[in-house]
Amino acid sequence: MSTPTAPATISLSDDHAAALSRDRLIERWVMLSLAAPAFAVVFVCLIVPVGWLFYLSFFTDSGAATLINYRHLIEQPSYVRIFWTTFKVSALTTAICAVLGYPLAYFMSQLPTRAANLCMIAVLLPFWTSLLVRTYAWLVLLQRTGLINHWGMQLGLWSEPLPLVNNLTGTLIGMVHIMLPFIVLPLYGNMRSIDRSLLQAAANLGASPVQSFWRIFLPLSVPGLTAGALVVFILCLGFYVTPEVLGGGRVTMVSSRIATDIDTFLNWGSASALGAVLLVLTFLLLWIASRLAKNLSLIGAGH
Amino acid sequence: MASASALDIHVRQVTKAYGAVVVLDRVDLHVQAGEFLTLLGPSGSGKTTLLMMLAGFTRPDSGSILFGTQEVIRLAPQKRDVGMVFQNYALFPHMNVAANIAFPLRLRKTGAAEIARRVEAALDMVQLAGYGARGIDELSGGQRQRVALARALVFEPRIILMDEPLSALDKQLRELMQLELRRLHEKLGTTTIYVTHDQREALTMSDRIAVINKGRIAQLDTPRHIYSKPNSRFVAEFIGESTFLNVAVTGGVCRYRDTVIKAGGAPVRDGRCLLMIRPEQVRIVDGAARDGMNCFDGRIVGRVFQGDTMRIEVDLGGGDAITLRVPANSVGLQSLPDGSDSITLGLTVADTTLLPDER
Repeated sequence: MSTPTAPATISLSDDHAAALSRDRLIERWVMLSLAAPAFAVVFVCLIVPVGWLFYLSFFTDSGAATLINYRHLIEQPSYVRIFWTTFKVSALTTAICAVLGYPLAYFMSQLPTRAANLCMIAVLLPFWTSLLVRTYAWLVLLQRTGLINHWGMQLGLWSEPLPLVNNLTGTLIGMVHIMLPFIVLPLYGNMRSIDRSLLQAAANLGASPVQSFWRIFLPLSVPGLTAGALVVFILCLGFYVTPEVLGGGRVTMVSSRIATDIDTFLNWGSASALGAVLLVLTFLLLWIASRLAKNLSLIGAGH
Repeated sequence: MASASALDIHVRQVTKAYGAVVVLDRVDLHVQAGEFLTLLGPSGSGKTTLLMMLAGFTRPDSGSILFGTQEVIRLAPQKRDVGMVFQNYALFPHMNVAANIAFPLRLRKTGAAEIARRVEAALDMVQLAGYGARGIDELSGGQRQRVALARALVFEPRIILMDEPLSALDKQLRELMQLELRRLHEKLGTTTIYVTHDQREALTMSDRIAVINKGRIAQLDTPRHIYSKPNSRFVAEFIGESTFLNVAVTGGVCRYRDTVIKAGGAPVRDGRCLLMIRPEQVRIVDGAARDGMNCFDGRIVGRVFQGDTMRIEVDLGGGDAITLRVPANSVGLQSLPDGSDSITLGLTVADTTLLPDER
């Protein structure tokens, strides 16, 4: 459309275009600046020290550049065992948390909002106490002369004290207890967001409650399950207090070994190498898991 | 047109209360086999509750629901064999279009080849051939609506229920889908119950309309009758536009002020009643009153151009008013008085409808 006034309008809007794009740029920087304090904290408290540790792992105590710290990790079987224990304990804790947390989250998601909120407070209650206190409480409960063994034997359920602590069992009990809320929270949020009319639709189309759970509800809750499991697994990898107290020295995870390396041997290079390898292995594992998940969801989407 | 397998539905004395709130109050409804029946009412009237009872998602407190001769009041939803189209479509987001439509067939252990054939046919029927591999989030609102429809029809249910299925679509698409749904119904002949609060939709699609108000069926009739012969002020106001005049009845004779009102319908009891006037039923009358017409003198107080029609407000004095519509063509516009605002309106005796005054 050509009118006599058209050229004037265009040149006017060109003047404005420059000003408007400048405004947009300023606005974007203002928004970014909101993240600056957080970024500064992350940089100073995380990136710098982790980078420094990584750097340290390539030097001996005397300051000579070396790969000896990494060679030790491969050559000494004790290190391989420590990594194996770490991943095994983390995976077991995650699996048990998933099995215990899923029904709980499901139950809560089906409650009316008020009751669900009360349940949520109950789930979060342990966070009000310190981790250390909770871990020692388990020690009191689980030891040979502890409450559980005492009652169990008095009731005649078993005759010899069960070895509930200072081993893998005790470690898992303590870790599952502490980690459970971390999987319940994302699962619950995810399940709440699943549209109930989908389950009605499934029933309407002929699905029994069991069928609609397996075919509709469970697949739709997978994102929450994955998120929760991931959080638990990663937190477990770096867990120190609970395996130390409840494992009784029999469950040595990477974090324990790092502490020993530094406290006892003052070997910063070796400790740093352990940290770096754990980080890399974790990334590797998550990458494999995400690839697997993608393939699974591709299969699930079709027929 | 009813197919041979179509079922009729008997709803008898169905009641549902949530605490002190009575949602449905002793509702009786007979849906004929192969009929397209619409439950029409304002929100909160109980129409959706009634539909949910037919689907089995809501249990009534008492009463009886028969599909054909089968009592279903305690039957679980998955055993009812009714297809439902949900208001938000309720398509499974983790399955593609074909898997959504195949879902009811898979549950019925239909063979793979048969499933493929029927999914194909269902997609054809809703004009989505070739969309089977699409994800749900790749579809537009109208396409989702069609997939939901295909999924509800593919297992050849005994009854089809629809809960405001078109309310999320824009006006043009909605009107297109209304005609398509109607066409599909005529082809399949399955007994269909349709819930809407849109009166135009109800008038367009239904064989019969049940107008629901406050948990009771206010009127059940064909669209034409519901519109032209509503049985209450509520129905008259809910369907179509209308204005009302207070009429006094003495000795079987109706009078508006001093004018005798001639009405064709059933005789009205002495007392007060309402004269219902639809905007398109009134005409502008020149000069003397004509035979077979009830006439009203008034003054034009408002003219609004609405595209196809002019909407005219006429004040009769004493707080009474009549709204009329004049086609916005040269003939219609010429009939309007120019210069003066005085006007005489006429309503034929055949169009004159008297309603009981509920107050």
